[in-house]
Amino acid sequence: MTSSKNTSLSRSIDRVAQGILGLLALVSGALVVLIVCFLFKGAWPAIEAGRLESFFADPKWQPGSVRDPQFGVVSMLVGSTLVTLLAVALALPVGVAGAVFHRFYAPPALERWNRRILELLIGVPAVVFGFWGLSVVVPAIVRFVPESSGQSLLAGGIVLGLMILPIITLTSQAALQAVPPAQLQAAAGLGLGRARTIWSIALPAAKGGIGTGVLLSLARAVGETMAVVLVCGNIPQIPTSLFDPIRPVTSTIALEMGYATASHKALLFCAGLILVLFTAALVGWLSFRRPAIDSGTGGA
Amino acid sequence: MPTLAPPQKRRVFPVLGDRVFGAFGMAAALLSFGLFAWIVWDLARLGFPQLSWGYFTGEVEDSGRAGGIGPLLVSSLLILVCCLGLVIPLGVGCALWLSEFVKRRSVAARLVTGGVDLLASVPSIVFGLFGMVFFGQVLGMGFSILAGGLTLACMILPILVRTTLSALESLPADLRPAAAALGLTNTTAIAKILLPAALPGIVIGITLGIGRALSETAALIFTSGYSIRWPETLGDSGRSLSVHIYDLALNVAGGNTMAASSALVLLALILLVNSVAVALSEHWLRRRHQTP
Repeated sequence: MTSSKNTSLSRSIDRVAQGILGLLALVSGALVVLIVCFLFKGAWPAIEAGRLESFFADPKWQPGSVRDPQFGVVSMLVGSTLVTLLAVALALPVGVAGAVFHRFYAPPALERWNRRILELLIGVPAVVFGFWGLSVVVPAIVRFVPESSGQSLLAGGIVLGLMILPIITLTSQAALQAVPPAQLQAAAGLGLGRARTIWSIALPAAKGGIGTGVLLSLARAVGETMAVVLVCGNIPQIPTSLFDPIRPVTSTIALEMGYATASHKALLFCAGLILVLFTAALVGWLSFRRPAIDSGTGGA
Repeated sequence: MPTLAPPQKRRVFPVLGDRVFGAFGMAAALLSFGLFAWIVWDLARLGFPQLSWGYFTGEVEDSGRAGGIGPLLVSSLLILVCCLGLVIPLGVGCALWLSEFVKRRSVAARLVTGGVDLLASVPSIVFGLFGMVFFGQVLGMGFSILAGGLTLACMILPILVRTTLSALESLPADLRPAAAALGLTNTTAIAKILLPAALPGIVIGITLGIGRALSETAALIFTSGYSIRWPETLGDSGRSLSVHIYDLALNVAGGNTMAASSALVLLALILLVNSVAVALSEHWLRRRHQTP
């Protein structure tokens, strides 16, 4: 694009603008690399000192102890995994059922309100979810199981599950909308009832889209800090029942970074590095499955 | 003709199955409808009695068991200003470069979009670690409002890049050749035509980003810190409203009702910001449909 006069001037202006914008794009794209580099730098003292071995082999996590410091992270990895799986297990059937209801049963007028409410729910801050869980879900668990403290794997799973519920519902709804109408009409032509059509035609066809929603919410749930730190009880142990307290990886970083020194700090950076590699692998797999990630539901 | 008349026994199942599906689906839908009201109701029950004019302007007293949230509102606002000051030029610039200067399928464009997508997947607590080391220690900002704001800017960058990019891509295709035919340079076309036309989408992206930034806690604990004094400069540590809720709920015995009040205020702010985003996008959509 050049004008007939002042060509050289306008060209050089264009070139400068392109350079500046290119630089901004470079910074934006490279930011994630910078983050991983700094995590590595923070974690390096522990890796160099060969602490990674005790990281996975030590049975306990007591980094502050002078006499017998132990750095076992396995209990926290198990805690993170269990609470995330529990959340998805609770949210998936409810979310898919809600989506089916809005697609096949509810009057269309409800659809707009449904979408708005779900978007409101996605906007509720994690710390508010956590606080609400602490003052409502935890006492409710204590009422049913008086011998537990209430702050437990179950409380974390419920709060986290409610947090990812709108994500799963919205993605499942989009997946059900995308089922080709011809397939549904063919089912009707065969005389299949509504339930049979949903079960045998619509849900299998929407499986991929629902799976994407599950992966997105997994990435979100694993990285979630505020909701779990307030309701999980924060005792680093491998739980033996739903009512045992646990301590996910994210909670450990949030609770201990404030006072951690030297080698302890480096181990917390290792934990952060593990988190990033895990969520990056999830999202990488996702974009491998499907070329572009929808930004609307991608907020972690 | 056995294929036309199904056996009597099988008639019952579809009807029953349909009922079960419908009932379970309705219960699930009611849960997501009711959940929001439930949360708001609980917060209001606990937190509304403490709200007053003094609560919004007063200082935090007795570690938050009494007093107000005045300094925290100012700190939150300043953190937001720092965040937007970095993320708007960075995000809009990145999106402009992607949409106007390179081909979408080129290696450079793919690398940048891939990097931004990965950035969206990074957990917020990791942004906190990064901000603490990079802004706090390497750039020497320490625990400060500036460090917190810049950390949040990194976090919401993907939202802004994505929304700006889709706004630029949904512009009418003939705008660019028309600008070229008028003899406008690339830079002039961007500044005078493309950016103003894409502005509604960019504003929606910024509003969504503000909502995310206001609700973030984990990334701020180790960057902007816990100080409850009135902030005087951007170099001061300042506690955001979200960190205040976290601190009250976790560390302050008897801070429950005050935490609920703060949560109510935060929720109201975020609802306001998100409603603005929804209203803007609906207004924009309607206008675009009227003038094709």
